[in-house]
Amino acid sequence: MHPINVVWIQSGGCGGCTMSLLCSDVSSLLWTLRGAGVNFLWHPSLSRESGPEALAILEACAAGETPLDVLCVEGAVLCGPNGTGRFHLLSGSGLPMMTWVERLATRASHVVAVGSCAAYGGIPSAGANPADATGLQYDGERPGGLLGESWRGPGGLPVVNVAGCPVHPGWIVETLLALALGNFGADELDQLGRPRFYADQLVHHGCPRNEFYEFKASASKASDLGCLMENMGCKATQAHADCNIRLWNVSGSCLRGGYPCINCTLPGFEEPGHEFARTPKIAGIPTTLPIDMPKAWFLALAALSKSATPRRVRENAVVDRLTVPPTVRPGRK
Amino acid sequence: MTRIVVGPFSRVEGDLEVALEVEEGVVRHARVSSQVYRGFEEILADKAPLDALVIVPRICGICSVAQSSAVASALASVVPVEPPPNGRTAANLMLAAENLADHLTHFYLFFMPDFARPAYSQRHWFEVAQARFEAMRGTGGVEAIGARARFLELMAILGGKWPHTLALQPGGTSRAVQKPEKVQLMLVLREFRRFLEGTLFGDPLERIGELSEMAALWAWRDARPAAASDFRLFLEVARDLDLDRLGRGSDVFMSYGAYHDGQRPHFAAGVFDGALHDLDRTSIAEDGSHAWLKDEAPRHPADGATRPAPEKPGAYTWCKAPRLGGRVVEVGAIARQVVDGHPLLREAVADAGGNVFSRVLARLLELALVVPAMERWVSSFAPGEPFCAPGDVQQRATGVGMVEAARGSLGHWLTVEGGRIARYQIVAPTTWNFSPRDADGKPGPLEQALVGTPVGRGAEDPAVQHVVRSFDPCMVCTVH
Repeated sequence: MHPINVVWIQSGGCGGCTMSLLCSDVSSLLWTLRGAGVNFLWHPSLSRESGPEALAILEACAAGETPLDVLCVEGAVLCGPNGTGRFHLLSGSGLPMMTWVERLATRASHVVAVGSCAAYGGIPSAGANPADATGLQYDGERPGGLLGESWRGPGGLPVVNVAGCPVHPGWIVETLLALALGNFGADELDQLGRPRFYADQLVHHGCPRNEFYEFKASASKASDLGCLMENMGCKATQAHADCNIRLWNVSGSCLRGGYPCINCTLPGFEEPGHEFARTPKIAGIPTTLPIDMPKAWFLALAALSKSATPRRVRENAVVDRLTVPPTVRPGRK
Repeated sequence: MTRIVVGPFSRVEGDLEVALEVEEGVVRHARVSSQVYRGFEEILADKAPLDALVIVPRICGICSVAQSSAVASALASVVPVEPPPNGRTAANLMLAAENLADHLTHFYLFFMPDFARPAYSQRHWFEVAQARFEAMRGTGGVEAIGARARFLELMAILGGKWPHTLALQPGGTSRAVQKPEKVQLMLVLREFRRFLEGTLFGDPLERIGELSEMAALWAWRDARPAAASDFRLFLEVARDLDLDRLGRGSDVFMSYGAYHDGQRPHFAAGVFDGALHDLDRTSIAEDGSHAWLKDEAPRHPADGATRPAPEKPGAYTWCKAPRLGGRVVEVGAIARQVVDGHPLLREAVADAGGNVFSRVLARLLELALVVPAMERWVSSFAPGEPFCAPGDVQQRATGVGMVEAARGSLGHWLTVEGGRIARYQIVAPTTWNFSPRDADGKPGPLEQALVGTPVGRGAEDPAVQHVVRSFDPCMVCTVH
């Protein structure tokens, strides 16, 4: 196994995916990655090389003089105004970052979109999309983006969309390691290009509010303990990610923090068509139902479980701390 | 006069370009250019007010909680609601956690690696600096990443995750801490304290926080060998390279006041220019004369606008030039501490102003000062009392959120009309520090600080790198 050369660049994003990466629970993260064959030629937040030295590294890769195994792009590609890419010229180079991404992608064996901005456009493409932000191979839900739907690296993969806002450190570390090990195939990506090792889970899986969900005992305001789906806009039953199995910052997740999942691994999550923290409803029934669940069955089960809700669950759902603990049943000799 | 363009800068947040005019090996003029425009203020127009809680933190992945704090605070008058004491304390703790994590990141990963450059290989401290701080390889950086990751479990407990939490609400926070979480939070703080005392300082935090004059600081230095701790090594390097004579800025310092502590900020609000003055929040104005933006006349941000004009002649950045009553002000840890009156920083600034040394010293001092405050805040949680007050969004309202991020004063000004956001204006810390010239031609703080910097080695001269990074710039916040 030879080490893989990685170049990481930041375009129209917030840098939060790099900051999240540094929250990894891998011990001695940078040493471990290098030991596992991940060789960062340049990372904007970590590398010594600045200015001309940095540009020389990028230029050598873009010219094909240095082999580039993985290009990681963090942040959306800013194509505006009028397709010029002028909203982000890479400092010191006078060239649009858009052009640098294209040049480097042409040389890379694999291209990894780090986060939902690079994958699909993400938050910078919300509203009027003032900077004309796009993803590498998707423009929102539409395949295409900067590189085009048919783009494939010499390694045979489309852009690997490590979607999330931000990414979980484990998602990016394991993607890089899998690429270094050389055993990452197209069948390990879902139809939106996301690594299936985390995208085949739902955020709902492992949610500690599960009992409230089962009984449709719902939170009605921020800090309530109940299920966040019925009123608070939570999309955990539709969102592809393992956030409640693979926890964040040692022990957290959005739902554990008391606020809804906004489905940030999905193209177009930034424009849900409703307020993020308010569940859209028609005639009192949420329009965003759990994935793979027939609506009629969901409604029937919801009605049944609501009528069967234990007092404990009903009362705890609408307060910010456990007020009714589970009954202690004496053991049997 | 020769012209040098420096960029991209590694180890700063976001993309930065600096153009220098050099004569006889010294910078005579500097122009600082923020290179990325995403248009968050345009994105926010016409959104439901509470949706800003999702969008705004995503301006910046390193100042995410600071952005959340500012938007939550601005929305508190839109809802309108007053957070209960527990909610304020939780918000304090989250903001403090981010600010301290950022200070740690700055020292270990962004600033100190420049002293492991080959340019310094003949210095007596080089071997230790290289072992501890070489970019991506030094033991110090690797240890700091681990300590930071553990420390940010505080965000998991209080806010679900970092960056980009939605736990900070106008009425408080969404995760109510009970007794078990108080214990967990204290454990996280104890671990972080242990790292700071054992590795960064080599002395109890209280001892560092109590250093009240420069003579005491140098005596502390002389009492231990250079390799005794990373702070001690920094003092060795700073003295040897005269970092206190590098990168002097405008020497007018501003703080909006940091962290709620009863009815007052924990660190006071104000302006310090050798004397302390009240902060006049109405005298803030943003000038777009040298930015690629329409609307050149200075405006208060409550009345501001952001409209790109990429071809504007004479412009050289996407960043506006904020001024306080027309003055160029510096913000950041150093400003917070001199405004609050910490005697060590007051003396350092009286001696040599804001400079590479005093800016970094102020951040390290804050690490020592704020962790004990966080321990007190955790103790003050009242389990069983509320964390979040509910409220209803008004159809018409204005809001202001002014907080202290790691890098300094962050302000949000918003207007709601018809239940939607009609205007949203943001002035971030690095907008102040890395502002371009204003209509009167007055350069911004970094532009002033770079004048006189030696650039004998051209674009790669480490002195320019030190001056730029001493501000710990966040370019993604700057323009947003």
